[in-house]
Amino acid sequence: MCGIVGIYLKNKKYNSQLGKFLTGMMNSMATRGPDSAGFAIYSSEKKKKYKYSVCSNTDQVKEISKKLSKQVKDIKVKSISDHLIIETVMKPKKFIEILKNHDELSLVGYGSCIEIFKQVGNPKDVVKNFSLEKFSGSHAIGHTRMATESAITTDGSHPYSTGEDECLVHNGSLSNHNNLRRSLQKKGIEIKSMNDTEVAAGYISNGLSDKKSLKETLLDGLKDLDGFYTFISGTKNGMAIVRDEIACKPAVVAETKDYVAIASEFQAMAHLPNVNSAKIFEPEPGKVYSWGK
Amino acid sequence: MNLNLKKESLRKVNETLQSIDRKSNKKIFKVSNPDGNHAICAGLKDEIEVTIDGHTGYYCAGMNMNANIIVNGNVGTGVAENMMSGTVHVKGNASQSAGATAHGGTLIIDGDTSSRCGISMKGIDIIVKGSVGHMSAFMAQSGNLVICGDAGDALGDSIYEANIFIKGKVKSLGADCEEKKMNKKDQNILRSLLKKASINESEIKNFKMYGSARKLYNFNLDNVSEY
Repeated sequence: MCGIVGIYLKNKKYNSQLGKFLTGMMNSMATRGPDSAGFAIYSSEKKKKYKYSVCSNTDQVKEISKKLSKQVKDIKVKSISDHLIIETVMKPKKFIEILKNHDELSLVGYGSCIEIFKQVGNPKDVVKNFSLEKFSGSHAIGHTRMATESAITTDGSHPYSTGEDECLVHNGSLSNHNNLRRSLQKKGIEIKSMNDTEVAAGYISNGLSDKKSLKETLLDGLKDLDGFYTFISGTKNGMAIVRDEIACKPAVVAETKDYVAIASEFQAMAHLPNVNSAKIFEPEPGKVYSWGK
Repeated sequence: MNLNLKKESLRKVNETLQSIDRKSNKKIFKVSNPDGNHAICAGLKDEIEVTIDGHTGYYCAGMNMNANIIVNGNVGTGVAENMMSGTVHVKGNASQSAGATAHGGTLIIDGDTSSRCGISMKGIDIIVKGSVGHMSAFMAQSGNLVICGDAGDALGDSIYEANIFIKGKVKSLGADCEEKKMNKKDQNILRSLLKKASINESEIKNFKMYGSARKLYNFNLDNVSEY
């Protein structure tokens, strides 16, 4: 099953309430995916700085920060539950190499404005553990998982991020991900887990690195990705949704002058401001819808 | 009687509507704050009128018998699924599988429906004032599906003895579905359905009718070499 949600704020006056909106959306989708949950928050870009979202399997944050600050100059570490947000000027290529020497840490995402958090457990607990309500930002994407083809672990949780400021959540399953994983890995895209969605995220990263737009990449995906899916994909500029041609995985969009919200079911957005007067529609199969700057 | 889903649980509201005192005069109900909840007004069996004020989730008015249910909003997957009798009127849009497997009654949708509208319908009359998505009337067995707008891909795939009346364009027909000539009897059926949905009867001339080519009913001997 799985629940997916996304919200893009057109009106900045709501930025401070982004976390609160997403919390309500994820809580109501907990019934669709009680195994694990995750979310990506996009806030304003920090020029020349990178934020690395890292999951840690120890609670010795101070020691980790100490060790890292010896290897990386100008570092700021913020810890929330079992995640660390590490802020530094160091570029991804170099920093990711350093991270590889820390077995206790695994990178879940990075970029100039994205922060990603994911954890095993009921979504209602997960959003509490990360204090999602307090987050602000311009757009956010979330996922509640009912595990099917891979294990219930943080590695198997969404959102998946395989490129700078990118993320993907998925409701459905892909059938040709093993083949695709091999061909993407040959092209140098790093895919860590055996999960099908991470392959789709890698596919999008590959398209974007070929200078294609998100919309073009998702349209190509309709030919190359075999299976059932509703995808919500985020970049630093906005978000997009696409459903496969059969469209058996649900999605509903509510758009007002202030925001665009996407969810698996309408009940996930019933708490949003003025939603009853929003333009509400179901994305058509095989069509890409995108919003952003 | 007003039933507020912000104040009472869905189970309580449905229980109230499912166990009407038939001697009482209370016949008109309102459900407020549906907020996309599932299975609102499922399993009603008495001749009552219920107005739902807002958007509902899955299986709204499922298995309905006798009740007249009006939704002032959109409905999720499977509105009026397996309805036996009564009327369901949706003032907004419907999601997929509207009227699925329903045996009787009337489902009126003022807006559009997404895919699989009337899938496996078994006697229901469905009138959609907007358009329907792909695979509508898939394996439809009996009843009538009236579409005032357009239909998506594979309309009436593997259809049995249901009728499809459509005013707009058909993107593509499904297997074994073909256009039929409308006779007087068919016209009368369409006329009465348009009347039920308050659509002008003079529109009849703009509709086309589709049904089963009945080529899938029996094994085609020409295919024997495949085995």
